Amino acid sequence: MAEELLEVKDLRTVFYSDGEAIPAVDGVSFGLKKGETLGIVGESGSGKSVTSLSIMRLIPSPPGKVVGGSILFKGQDLLEKTDSDMRKIRGNNISMIFQEPMTSLNPVYTIGKQISETLMLHQNLSKKEATDRAVEMLKLVKIPLPDKRIKQYPHQLSGGMRQRVMIAMALSCRPELLIADEPTTALDVTIQAQILEIIKELKEKTGTAVILITHDLGVVAEIADNVLVMYCGRAVEYSSVRNIFFNPRHPYTSGLLNSIPRVEGPKKKLQAIKGVVPSPNQITKGCRFKTRCDYVHKRCMDEEPPLLEVGQSLVRCWRYCGGGECDG
Amino acid sequence: MGVQALLKYIIKKIVTMIPVLVCITVIVFLILHLAPGDPVDLIVGPNVTPEVYENIRNKLGLDQPLTVQYFKFMSNLLRGDLGTSILQQRPVSEIIIERFPVTLELGLSALVISFAIALPAGIIAAVNRNSWPDYACMSGALVGMSMPTFWFGILLMYFFAYKMRLFPISGYGTLRHLVLPAFAMGLTDAAVTARMVRSSMLEVIRQDYIRTARSKGLAEKVVINQHALKNALIPIVTLLGLRMGWLLGGSVILENVFSRPGLGRLIVDSILARDYPVVQGAMIVLTASIMAGNILADILYAVVDPRIKYN
Repeated sequence: MAEELLEVKDLRTVFYSDGEAIPAVDGVSFGLKKGETLGIVGESGSGKSVTSLSIMRLIPSPPGKVVGGSILFKGQDLLEKTDSDMRKIRGNNISMIFQEPMTSLNPVYTIGKQISETLMLHQNLSKKEATDRAVEMLKLVKIPLPDKRIKQYPHQLSGGMRQRVMIAMALSCRPELLIADEPTTALDVTIQAQILEIIKELKEKTGTAVILITHDLGVVAEIADNVLVMYCGRAVEYSSVRNIFFNPRHPYTSGLLNSIPRVEGPKKKLQAIKGVVPSPNQITKGCRFKTRCDYVHKRCMDEEPPLLEVGQSLVRCWRYCGGGECDG
Repeated sequence: MGVQALLKYIIKKIVTMIPVLVCITVIVFLILHLAPGDPVDLIVGPNVTPEVYENIRNKLGLDQPLTVQYFKFMSNLLRGDLGTSILQQRPVSEIIIERFPVTLELGLSALVISFAIALPAGIIAAVNRNSWPDYACMSGALVGMSMPTFWFGILLMYFFAYKMRLFPISGYGTLRHLVLPAFAMGLTDAAVTARMVRSSMLEVIRQDYIRTARSKGLAEKVVINQHALKNALIPIVTLLGLRMGWLLGGSVILENVFSRPGLGRLIVDSILARDYPVVQGAMIVLTASIMAGNILADILYAVVDPRIKYN
């Protein structure tokens, strides 16, 4: 077993609005070993992106703030780092790719400048060396004619190409951890597959650990080792990718799996989880999923279940109290 | 996007300027000649025989129909001849060459002062939005914007020239003569520009690519002064052309306040004296330089924004 690279414990991030602290991430814990891939899954508003931005310490403040927990990266708490120490880690040890390739690159700088900038900053390379490395990186993400592309501006590239540039940029300093926040959501299906293939390939080549944030379970099945399912700022199920797909425990996880349209078999009405994610200020006592759950019981209304150990999974549901199935 | 494309672009812009300039000549010519008052009256005074009066009118060509006068003026203009001043009996071009640098000097130094103050103030206000540095900068800008330039000029004159005797009250010649009018103009202009910089910056710093820049581990200084500022400058550069016109045209009042012998003052004096050729010539030069400012802004626009092509 490789050593623990990242350990997030009881992370709490809130956003202040009208003097009220609204929790966006509420006591989330997970871990990641070197070279491992963790998928964080959940609907919009479940706190996935806030979790990743908290790790990067890029929560816009105000209004946001990490108010509790710890984020141990190679044994050191990132929340205790000074701003300047944190800058040395960002882009160097931990990098991030974002959901919107169309707007995530600076329109007034060339691709080459944007990649080599990181290299010159963290690796002390000269401009020439950094540019050579940038060309290499573009080759690695399979961008044709890298020597030409490097002199181009973002508007001259398609969305898929821009996301490749983002990946090249994020991986240029060979980070130990790559956080990919919905890297394929804004892309065409065919391009999505290519981008995933590139992430998968580079992950194997460089040994980078990856946190993949997505609401697409198909993407998770493709590359994740473990999966964290989030709902309303809470972890509701945390397990290996096998368990999640073949033995989902939490009603929300099953719901997500059932909402994937199937090609094989007779055509059926698409199953969706009823209702919508409650907004953080609508959360009342009891289980946060109670309003949408098919198995809701009296106990769910009053008490929020803790994360229960069920087989090899952690599940936040009263159906599994005491380790076995019990009717709450 | 090489030098050739740039040249082609400039030539194209100059060609499109020509109809505008022609329109300007028509408007200026008509307004002047249709306005009441007569230059001959001012030259000869009231006690003169009709014969002498007619003689002078004839000599100046003012007895011919307006259309004839206009085409004569235009054909001279095409040969680069702006005519002769009625009052000074010197070529108009000579007078303008004498006066134009005075105006340009004031306009450009005001522009430099304006940007030197507005850029840092606008950035500081945007980065510290809704906290005291923002309030301080924006209150200052509000005061600057609410004050008429000429009145601010008089205030500066009163305190720094009359009371403290740091600068000459008025006139032209040395750098010290330039300081007060340049600050009067530059500071009022800075007020407007600072507000533009602030709002443009606020728009840019919430963009995704700024988050990307931060995620790369760049220092906040680099994120703001390079990644954000270069984008924020795009709309400001576009407005630079318009400011140029304001700075050159706005000098009319300030040149009078500070008795600077510039183009603005020349125009006012010549209008009062009905010195038609001088007014026409000065207006054409002013219009052309405002247009040149716009072309310059267009070129700068393409320099700061790679998405813009010269075409």
